[in-house]
Amino acid sequence: MATNAAADANTFPKLLIRNAGIYGTRPAMRHKDLGIWQTWTWSEVLDIVRAYAVGLHGLGLKRGETIAIVGGNRPRLYWSVMAAQMLGAIPVPVYADAVADELAYVLAHADVRFAAVEDQEQVDKILSVMKRVPKLEFMFYDEKRGLRDYDHGRLRSMEEVIREGRERLADPTVVDWLDKEISAGKGSDPSIILYTSGTTGLSKGVVLTNEGSIRAATDTVAFDKLTENDVALAYLPLAWVGDHYLNFTQGMVSGFCTACPESPDTAMADLREIGPSFYFAPPRTLELLLTRVMIRMEDASVLKRRLFHYFIGVSRRYGERILNSQPVPFMGRMLYGIGNLLVYGPLKNVLGFSRVRVAYTAGEAVGPDLFSFYRSIGLNLKQLYGQTEAFLYVTAQPDGEIYSDTVGPACPNVDIRIAENGEVQFKSPGMFSGYFKDDARTAEAMTPDGYVKTGDAGFFDEKTGHLKIIDRTKDVGRLNNGTMFPPKYIENKLKFFPNIREVVALGDKRDFVCAMLNIDLTAVGSWAERNNVVYGSYQELAGHPLVYDMLEKHVAEVNRSLAQDKVMAGAQIKRFLILHKELDADDGELTRTQKVRRGFIAERYASLIKALYDGSKEADISTEVTFEDGRKGTLSARVKIRDMQSEPARVGKAA
Amino acid sequence: MRATGGPEAAVGDVLLSVENVSLSFGGVKAVNDVSFDIRKGEIRAIIGPNGAGKTSMLNVINGFYQPQQGRITFRGETRANMRPYEAANGGIARTFQNVALFRGMTALDNIMAGRTLKMHTNFFWQLLRYGPAMREEVQHREHVEEIIDFLKIQEIRRVPVGRLPYGLQKRVELGRALAMEPELLLLDEPMAGMNLEEKEDMSRFVLDVNDHFGTTIALIEHDMGVVMDLSDRVVVLDHGIKIADGTPDEVKRNQAVIDAYLGVAH
Repeated sequence: MATNAAADANTFPKLLIRNAGIYGTRPAMRHKDLGIWQTWTWSEVLDIVRAYAVGLHGLGLKRGETIAIVGGNRPRLYWSVMAAQMLGAIPVPVYADAVADELAYVLAHADVRFAAVEDQEQVDKILSVMKRVPKLEFMFYDEKRGLRDYDHGRLRSMEEVIREGRERLADPTVVDWLDKEISAGKGSDPSIILYTSGTTGLSKGVVLTNEGSIRAATDTVAFDKLTENDVALAYLPLAWVGDHYLNFTQGMVSGFCTACPESPDTAMADLREIGPSFYFAPPRTLELLLTRVMIRMEDASVLKRRLFHYFIGVSRRYGERILNSQPVPFMGRMLYGIGNLLVYGPLKNVLGFSRVRVAYTAGEAVGPDLFSFYRSIGLNLKQLYGQTEAFLYVTAQPDGEIYSDTVGPACPNVDIRIAENGEVQFKSPGMFSGYFKDDARTAEAMTPDGYVKTGDAGFFDEKTGHLKIIDRTKDVGRLNNGTMFPPKYIENKLKFFPNIREVVALGDKRDFVCAMLNIDLTAVGSWAERNNVVYGSYQELAGHPLVYDMLEKHVAEVNRSLAQDKVMAGAQIKRFLILHKELDADDGELTRTQKVRRGFIAERYASLIKALYDGSKEADISTEVTFEDGRKGTLSARVKIRDMQSEPARVGKAA
Repeated sequence: MRATGGPEAAVGDVLLSVENVSLSFGGVKAVNDVSFDIRKGEIRAIIGPNGAGKTSMLNVINGFYQPQQGRITFRGETRANMRPYEAANGGIARTFQNVALFRGMTALDNIMAGRTLKMHTNFFWQLLRYGPAMREEVQHREHVEEIIDFLKIQEIRRVPVGRLPYGLQKRVELGRALAMEPELLLLDEPMAGMNLEEKEDMSRFVLDVNDHFGTTIALIEHDMGVVMDLSDRVVVLDHGIKIADGTPDEVKRNQAVIDAYLGVAH
């Protein structure tokens, strides 16, 4: 088994040599070029990487130095990572779509003297910030197009570097030297620096070690039973921890094949051609795929449409239970079998999921409907929770224990605890050794006894023992009676209803929880059309008693689900209102990335919030709005407020 | 864009020269006694206000119109009359002002169509798609794939062009012209109707074609910024008459050109 042998190889170069030894003729990497899939076996990759490493050394790259890797998922960029590691140098991948300013910051902060870049676009970008990156000496590019007339004093093609290295490898002393260089690598050496995308302030360079990375991946490879026969498509950013972990590191440890798409835009089609067995997609991608399927289904013929909807109904009833190997009535099994033949199979084929054995999603809360749709058609979709500092995995759902609202139990060898303030803290084999050149922030991110603070609040679900992540710790508030109040957790639960577009939950330092809702005009509008509800404007529709009734049911359902958890039962929504206008980034109520700006909203809708808490049945509000052409106007309305019944807590009163 | 690399392909001898060409439709003189030349490896722009005779000029060059007077010399061969297919065989390819693709065919097939003149196996072999025909198709496909890679249109390879947005259709059309491996490429308003980003992309492709394949390019364009950035030399037509010829800078300062574009007080 791959996983046993991995423990002996404590650095990536040693792992590569091991792979070339035991999986020599198996594919390590594929890339679609000029319309044809090109394949490199593990021994071919080793051969190239050795030559590349010697070439890089010839240009001056030394142990402990950093080298930036800028570009998309291309074999030569992955080999750049491997070649740097072979010399004991530290690769620093940078997002291909980073703007020049970000790029300059990372390149300068990481002290890079070398940069391996994809193409002219990246070369131009780096040249434009050259002044801010004084240490940068050399760039290597993969795609030569458009670069012929550039000054090649400090520019080389990777092909050339590899060729030079290969020529020098003809000399046996160079071969010996390289072998010594590889065996000189220690497990505790840094293997990579991943810069976090920096939602809060400047991005930080997360330093990971060879040994830690390999140990973490060895655990998860065993957890998901990945072998050299698996295939993954590397289509997410190379600089993102997810790609580096799921594809690069797991590939190295298990020996599976990583396929690189032809171009970022062809990933969907390439997915179908490659038919990966291991797949990762953020919830947003899954949602996009589903929407696309649904839209195309609407255009299908009546027969197909009927068939589709009937069998999707069947899969909703039995699909997940079959996937979880739970008992299912014989008829259900049979119907599901027919559905698989007629609908699910072809659908999965179109989406490129036919051969997927393990699929993960992570990054944000995933809607229960979305999640169960994919699972019910037979895709083994699971959730994981992790972060760059942990080298991705902290928790993951084991096969057969899947819930849409948890992220699973701790991964093997990961130690998780919940701090006083509800923060999730962990210790894991793959955890980072620190932020690059930033001891102050490293200290901030760790507890004195060596746990990493995630900044996320969460708790362990009593029934399943799985972790639930609820919100960022800094956003979690407390009701006056001490109950934990995570606004985003409650808002997300409401937002999973298609009728609800946006939610602002209130409760920090208050007696109870209230919510202000935005209806989704498309969803509620089409509901109104079907139910003969007449309305003249958004405002009128939002204030319609029947709309209130409908949303009241949604809120009640959320309350029921909150009541299931001991810690959350006290945070049920007592009163809610429907806002007369859509929250809008133009009015400063949302950020440009569509996140609610709480402080601003609290000020702007102060009169409504006051009414929510003083027991009034309705309240007047007048707000300034900005029209799309920039003109301003005022919008006045009388907004009604509904009271809700509290659900009794299932497991007892909250602590 | 030029600033980064300087003029790409080596500009050399005269590839095509137009001498005293006149073309009229009935009483309308579309082109009147125009002479200019295009040198090997350069990007030559033909500009002018609406109705200046630019497209007519292009049509004369690739043999679509027969000029009543004048001569055209291409690669040292002077001719009075030429058919469009002769022009194509001779190494002149073009794109059209309003996209002229086979809308129901995929991008790949459209570009393959550009290789037609280079295919030599006979109809029956091709019908069987066997033996030499197959080998030939693979060869051509390889070339077409390089063009697809070059124009970065891999994701639309299998999409019928009728479904593509305009900017991409223009790119496919350029691809089809390139598939002929032309010596001279005529582009009729390659950037018409595009937004800024598409224009920038297209400009880069035009420069790259010139650089990478060493193709000589003659283009008609309305966007002055694009013309000034891209071209090595510019010829200006107005009402069928050549009013200026020179580098972009010279042309920009030429009083006759300024008058033609801005109008003169009478």
